[in-house]
Order: sequence, then structure tokens, then C-alpha cells
Amino acid sequence: MFAYIIRRILYAVPILIGVNLITFMLFFMVNSPDDMARAQLGAKQVTPELIRSWKEERGYDKPLFINHDSEGIAAVTDTLFVQESLKLFSFDFGFSDANRDIGSDIKERMMPSLAIALPTFMIALITNISLALLLVLFRGSVLDTSMMIIAVMIMSISGLFYIIAGQVLFSKMWHWVPISGFESGWGGVKFIILPVLIGVFAGIGAGVRWYRSIFLEQINQDYVRTARAKGLSELKVLFGHVLRNGMLPILTGVVVIIPSLFMGSLIMESFFGIPGLGSYTIDAINSQDFAIVKAMVFLGSVLYIIGLILTDISYTLFDPRVKLS
Amino acid sequence: MKLSLLWTDIMVWFLVISLLAWSWVISRSPQVKKQWHTIFKSSIAMASAIVLLFYLFFTLLDSVHLRFSAQSAESQSQTVQYEGEMVSLLDLIFAHNLKGTERTYSAPFATHEYAKSIIVDKRGTTRQAYLPLKYVSKSDDLMKKSLYAVFIGLIISSLFILLHIFWRNRDGFWNEFKKSWRGETLLPWRIAYLTVIFLVVISTWFYMMSFNYHVLGTDKVGGDVLYQSLKSIRTGVLIGILTTLIMLPVAVFLGVSAGLFGGWVDDVIQYLYTTLSSIPGVLLIAAGVLVMQVMMDTHPGWFETTLERADLRLLFLIMILGITSWTGLCRLLRAETLKISQIEFVTAAKAFGVGKLTIIRRHIIPNLMHIILISVVLDFSGLVLAEAVLSYVGVGVDPTMYSWGNMINQARLEMAREPMVWWSLFSAFVFMFILVLAANLLSDRIQTVLDPRNKS
Repeated sequence: MFAYIIRRILYAVPILIGVNLITFMLFFMVNSPDDMARAQLGAKQVTPELIRSWKEERGYDKPLFINHDSEGIAAVTDTLFVQESLKLFSFDFGFSDANRDIGSDIKERMMPSLAIALPTFMIALITNISLALLLVLFRGSVLDTSMMIIAVMIMSISGLFYIIAGQVLFSKMWHWVPISGFESGWGGVKFIILPVLIGVFAGIGAGVRWYRSIFLEQINQDYVRTARAKGLSELKVLFGHVLRNGMLPILTGVVVIIPSLFMGSLIMESFFGIPGLGSYTIDAINSQDFAIVKAMVFLGSVLYIIGLILTDISYTLFDPRVKLS
Repeated sequence: MKLSLLWTDIMVWFLVISLLAWSWVISRSPQVKKQWHTIFKSSIAMASAIVLLFYLFFTLLDSVHLRFSAQSAESQSQTVQYEGEMVSLLDLIFAHNLKGTERTYSAPFATHEYAKSIIVDKRGTTRQAYLPLKYVSKSDDLMKKSLYAVFIGLIISSLFILLHIFWRNRDGFWNEFKKSWRGETLLPWRIAYLTVIFLVVISTWFYMMSFNYHVLGTDKVGGDVLYQSLKSIRTGVLIGILTTLIMLPVAVFLGVSAGLFGGWVDDVIQYLYTTLSSIPGVLLIAAGVLVMQVMMDTHPGWFETTLERADLRLLFLIMILGITSWTGLCRLLRAETLKISQIEFVTAAKAFGVGKLTIIRRHIIPNLMHIILISVVLDFSGLVLAEAVLSYVGVGVDPTMYSWGNMINQARLEMAREPMVWWSLFSAFVFMFILVLAANLLSDRIQTVLDPRNKS
């Protein structure tokens, strides 16, 4: 088990290097270190000496990929790409254009993101699975068909609509909750309720359909027929057999997104003024702050890969047939 | 006046022509034809397909661009404003709306502006009043005009329908007509005709009303919301279909070669898509769009007009979306190819010495068709919705381009006004909802019919 995890983590390294290569190329395709220096030094008289000293200060004076001045292995390692990648791998994200430490910004903003994303995720998981089980119990009935039509309709409405309509109804017209803002601790619950509810509702259509199809796939299996033949009630069959066997495909889909919950939701956070990583990213995109975007891309990939590893591990815990090798 | 097509125009027409060619090819294969018959036996699928065709029709109308030369501008005074600018057929049809730009907000069917403004009368006293709209000619008899519009719509739609019945059965026209009327045809043509009548009547009514009113109101700078919503159709549909067009060859090529050749080819391709899919989609798109923005700022010579600039940006956006979205399909195709290449008929073909390319063409691709088709229709609705979100984030289409995302983005602050300005948002959401709903319903049907797992 331990050796397996180590191997998976080692396998993640080339992927992260690939991610770095992509972002690095995107980054330096648009602005060379010279451009960066010019932008940072401002519109003052920018002399070549000033640019050179700025680049030396920040370590941007090295060539991008191959250093022809160095010998042997240093020709590859003593370059901007390797230096920058090493910095990212040690989670040193550097400074944003506004000269703030990106690493501490991220640490600070992770919690508000999680305060929205985690409740949304949990409540959505429980509601979607229970609704799907209900529909499977009454499969083929009027309830099932009409709910499936409603689910398609919920899926077909833009998520932006739910947010705007929710804000207008619950905050502007009925004054149940504040329209936006954030507060840590229990006082912040009133800010969290609306985004969480909207997040759950917006995902209910796709979620219920997905879980329903998983359960329906199970319900035609032989073991279900055997369970019914034993004389088990339909409810017992559903919870004891269908739900348990459906857990496996559910795990694949669910575990992989758990680490990504830290990243927060772009749209939700910016509409509700939540100082999380999602709104951080949006602000960075709008102000074209590439250093932050780069850091977020790296963080997102790391979290996704952690999710993949967690999925594999949870497989072994829940499915005795799967053996790690 | 001369025809001048944008890059995306060329692509969308190419796509339509290849779709027609493809449907001609499949109409010769009885097996596939039967499958499509089964799909359209469902009246929901039929109605959805008609709605999608309707949207496609508007897209195509908006994808024929004309450039008026300076000469014709002299001879025809009303075309002066088009000089050097490119206009589409849709712009020509709605020329009256283009000219009729008001000062500011007005509600649907309003005759006066939405907010009071301060006016100074002759005696020098100031007062607040609702100013009348400039380009609204209040029609006294709304009812009569509506009935007239409905009548025209009925005539147009029944012409289409009669032509179609005639095309279906040239000899027994009357017989066929009766059968369609009673709903006894093999395919649910009655539903199709009803949908056509409904859509055509509604759009004629909207069009005829648009001469007298701003049917869906006007936005902050007085632009007609109906016109904006119609123009946005092209953007939405284009992003939905062209992205798949770009992504499809890559996904199929890489997926099939990974599954068929195995070894290091498989490793490289797997590494490629794992890397790409591990980057959060929106961030990769955002990074790509930021790069593109800087590149377009440094190369102003690439385009002559703002329209061409917006078009180029749309094209880049579609490409970036394509690059980020091929990984999912590629993974599916790889797995399926792996499965198919183990089946006996492929082994037999290999044993007979059939070439690799022939095996791919004759045995692999036809068996992958259902996966490709399902993912294309499933992606379509997702992409239309994604456009709105991306435009909101600021990495979507050009801000000067008409799109539902831009409409929502510009109008979302209007909800804070008192009283609310709801019509821009409402129109954008409704137009988007109908398109996405139709696509989702059709894709559901295609999935149930084509997916072999649903055979039981």
C-alpha cells in the first residue's frame, strides 16, 4: 500500500512538469523577461542597465530552456524554466503584480472557499443520492418521468440565472439573507446559506440523473434478482444491495473532486463577494495578473492529481476485488 | 456590395455542407437509417430537432456577410452607414431596429422611456417626465396587427409544410396529408408541423411588431434587445458546434491510435491527456485567452474592422475550447478501441492481412460512431452554457460581440435598480434555455437509442 502510494506520487511528477511546461510557455509567449521588467519599472526612462539589474535581482536573467554557457547537467538546470518549476514544486508562488505574496494570499483565502464549497458538496451529495433512490424506487411511474423532465429543465438553465434569481428573490425582495459578503465563524452562516442552496439546486438536475442511471444499471443485475427472490422487500434491496454496489461508481466520480473543493467556485464567489480562491482567480484574470493565474493552475493540477490518487486508494478500501499492484 | 465571409462563416458553411454530405451517406446505409428513424420516432426528439434547425437557420442567416462599397453608398443614401462595415443578412432584415437606437432603457412594448428625465420647457421651469421613445410608432390597433401577423405566419408555415408533404409523397399527396393530419405517419410529422407553425407564427409576430415597438425593450444605451438576442444565436451555436468540429479529429486520431497501437504511442497520448485534463478547465481557457488578447493587441494588422477582430477572437476562443475539451472524448475512444481491437472480427481481418488503415476505417470507426455522436450532442449544450460563464469571467467572446453571456454580464447590475430592469436578462436566459433544452432532449434520445448498454 505504502509503496503504491509512493509510486503514484512519483508518477505525478512528470504530469506536473508537463503542466508547468504548458503554463511556462503560455506565460513567456506573451511577455519576455524584458517586457516584465519594463512593465514593473514603469514608464520612467528604462535603460538597458536598469532592465538587466532588475532581471538579475529576480533571477530572470537566465535563458529559458537551455543554458549554452554552462557545462554538463547545468546546461539544463541553470535555466529559467527549471528554476521557476522548482519554486512551484516547493509551493513558493512568488509575488503578484501588486507585490503581494501569492502563497500567503492563497492560504488566507482557502478557508472562505471551503466554507462555501464543502457544505454545497455534502448537501448536494446527500440530496442527489436520496432523490435518485426515490426515483429508482418509483421507476417508470409518473413521479419518475415528470421528475426526469424537470431534471432536464434544471440542467438546461444557465447557472448564472439561479444566482441572479436567488439574489433578487431572497435578498432583494424578501430580505431573508444579505445579498453578499462574508464573515468567518458562526456569524457568517447567514452569508453562506444562499450560495450553498443555489449551488445545490443548480447541480440537482445533472446529479440526480447521473446517480439514477448508476442505480438503474445495478437494478437489472442478477444479484438484485436473487435478493428479490429471497423475499427481501424492495426497500431492503435498494439500500442493502443497489446503494452499496452503486457506491463504487459514485466514488470514482466524487472522490476526485474533493481536493478541488479548495479551489472554490469562480462564479459563486464573485457574485456573493466571498474572499475565496475563486474570486481571487477572477480578479487575477480581470487584471491580467499572470503570476497568480500560473499559481492557481499549478495548485489546481496538484489537487486534481491528489484526487486521482485518493480515488485509487478508496477503491481498494471499498472493493475487495481491486488489488493495488 | 460584395460577399465577404468571415473565417467563422466559412467554417460554419463548411460544417453544414459536410453535415449534408454525411446525412446523404448514412441515408444509403439501411442500418444507420433505421437507427435515425428510431431516434425521430419520439415526438420530443422531433420537436427538439425542429427547434435546433430553427436556431441553425438564424445562425446561417447571420453567417452571410456583405460589404457595401463606397459607390453604392453614394447612390443609395440609406446604405451610407454600412460603408466599409460588414453586415449580415440578419442585419439587413432587422435594419429598422439597427437604426432605431433609443437613448436608454425602455420596457418591452413601451412608448416612453423607463426612467424619468428632467426636461426644461419653454417658460424655463424644470420638471420630471417620461420622455417618449423616438423609434416607436404606437399602433392603435395592436389586436388587428397581431391577427394579421399570425395570419401571415400561418400562410408561410403551411407553405413549408405542404411542400414537405409533397416532397414526401408525390403521388398520394392528399392521402399523405390526411395521414399527417391524423398523426398516422411512421414518424411524428404532425408534431414537427405543429412546431414549425408555432415557431414561424411567433417569429413573424415578433418581426412585424418590431417595426412599431421594441418588442423586448431596450438596454442601457438604447439598443434593441430582440435584435441582440437574435444576433447572439450565432455566437452560441458557433461555439457549440465549431468547438466540436475542431476537437473531433484530434480526439479520434489520438484515441484510436492509442488504443490500436499501444506501446509507447499509448503512453505518450495518455500522458498528454492526463496532463491537459489535470489543469482546471476554466483556468487553462483563461490563460489561453489572456495570451491571445496580448497577441492580438500586438498584431493590430491582422484585422481591418472591429467585426473581423471580434470574429478572430471568437475563432481563437473556439480553438482554445477545442484544445481543452478533447481529452474526455479521447479517453473514451481509447478504451473503446482497445475493446474492439480484441474482438474476433478485427483479429480475423488482421489474419487476412487487411491493412491497418482499412481496419480503422471499416471496423473501428463505425463502431465508435455512437460514442462520438453522443459526446458531440452532449458537449453542445455544455458549451453554449459555458460561453455565458466565460463571458462573465471576462475570458469569453469579444465585449463588442453580441452574445448571451455579454448580455447577462452587462445586465446583471441592472437587477439592483429600482424598479428592476429585467428584460435583457430575461431574453438572454430564455433564448439560451430553449436552445440548450432542445439540445439536451435530443441528446437524451440519441443516447437511449444508440448506446448499446441501453439495449436491455
